Amino acid sequence: MKVIIPSSLRVYTGGLARVDADGATVADLISELDRRYPGFRFRVIDEQDALRPHIRVSVNAEVVADLAAPLSPGDEVALIQAFSGG
Amino acid sequence: MKKIPAKSLRPAVLVATRKGAFILKGDAQRRKWTVSEPLFLGNTVHHMVQDPRDPKTILLAARTGHLGPTVYRSTDAGRSWKESEKPPAFRKAAEGEKGRVVDHVFWLTPGHASEPGVWLAGTSPHGLFRTEDGGRTWQGVDGFNENPKRGEWCGGDPTPDGPKTHSINIDPRDKDHIYMGFSSGGVMETNDGGRTWRHLIDGLDVVEGFGKEDPRVHDPHCVRLHPADPDRLYQQNHCGIYRLDRPSEKWVRVGRNMPKAVGDIGFPMVVHPRDPDAAWVFPMDGTQAWPRTSPGGKPAVYGTKDAGKTWKRLDRGLPRSNAWFTVKRQAMAADGLAPVGLYFGATHGEVWGSRDEGRSWSRLAAYLPHIYAVETAALPR
Repeated sequence: MKVIIPSSLRVYTGGLARVDADGATVADLISELDRRYPGFRFRVIDEQDALRPHIRVSVNAEVVADLAAPLSPGDEVALIQAFSGG
Repeated sequence: MKKIPAKSLRPAVLVATRKGAFILKGDAQRRKWTVSEPLFLGNTVHHMVQDPRDPKTILLAARTGHLGPTVYRSTDAGRSWKESEKPPAFRKAAEGEKGRVVDHVFWLTPGHASEPGVWLAGTSPHGLFRTEDGGRTWQGVDGFNENPKRGEWCGGDPTPDGPKTHSINIDPRDKDHIYMGFSSGGVMETNDGGRTWRHLIDGLDVVEGFGKEDPRVHDPHCVRLHPADPDRLYQQNHCGIYRLDRPSEKWVRVGRNMPKAVGDIGFPMVVHPRDPDAAWVFPMDGTQAWPRTSPGGKPAVYGTKDAGKTWKRLDRGLPRSNAWFTVKRQAMAADGLAPVGLYFGATHGEVWGSRDEGRSWSRLAAYLPHIYAVETAALPR
């Protein structure tokens, strides 16, 4: 599936704004990205396994709040920088 | 490790800001300064510190508005940086319990001279972390982070940007003897490397209405152990300036000797590298609504040469009026040169320096973002 990487995380992906990756859930997908790009997960998910307050995830343009949300091949997943002040 | 020849080193000031970090490099006389391009532009950088045991190593604590906290380290004096492979993080909570999350790494302290590669980090919310590999991987200090009494020790009256563990001071005679400051939570001491802790809050005032016996309401803004006399500590507290001479356990409010019109409220505390009787503070307005700006709009450093018995106003070169500086607790530092150089950074983005122990000041940089921390360093030209 296609994953859209926000600008602040492209330092991990070598500048790539879109990558292909797989995962049965959002959590699996982010773990896969962390395997490929070490350090990626902790910037997005905290030590209690919760999404950071200013990160959102959308699947096919629908925001999902649950990291256990299932994913299917062909989904487009976006990691989004939410508004976080000035 | 390959040592850098001392004569090729130049004075430097490491500036951490709300929008990135900057390195100021001076000439040998500390007259001319250049400002680097921003490092980690857009990151909130709370602290950037050089390793005195290996001057090529610098650690930098950062986070962004969106992403979680991390630590970057440079082993080539700031030319290149690598992210920590395992940044400070609390333990995963057991099922059904609420776990803690590191919001930001607030304070970095190089370890004891006998322990190369060891650093300690204080976080918000309160937490103490240790690395033994120069910042690559960090582990929690369980004696503090997991201590069941931790809630009774600190965190009763959190500061606006979250409670902060700061002022990590390691006794140069004993790597296991460490003092720390907690905003809020008072001052604590360990003699066994962090396994057990005790408070040192006797003699400290608290905000009227609170009880002095409750450590959670004590707010030491900045605590410094004197490197030339490790039995002497100075403290700029939310409620005054203090000195502690061990083995006494009672702080003495030496800020009572400051001019009444200026008061003894402030954030930073800086000690002379060689003279245990000499220290500096940067007073702020702690009256009425607590503006936390220079009293009367007239910024000044105050220095003592007699351990706080008397204080002298040091403002030559600083604006004489209508200048509402705020200098945060990590944003003032001394170098180790003779005469001692003093530096401070203000929240409006200016860095000021003195190369004569505070007698005269000049502006070294302007228009930087909101400055959080200033540390001195010696870097290759």
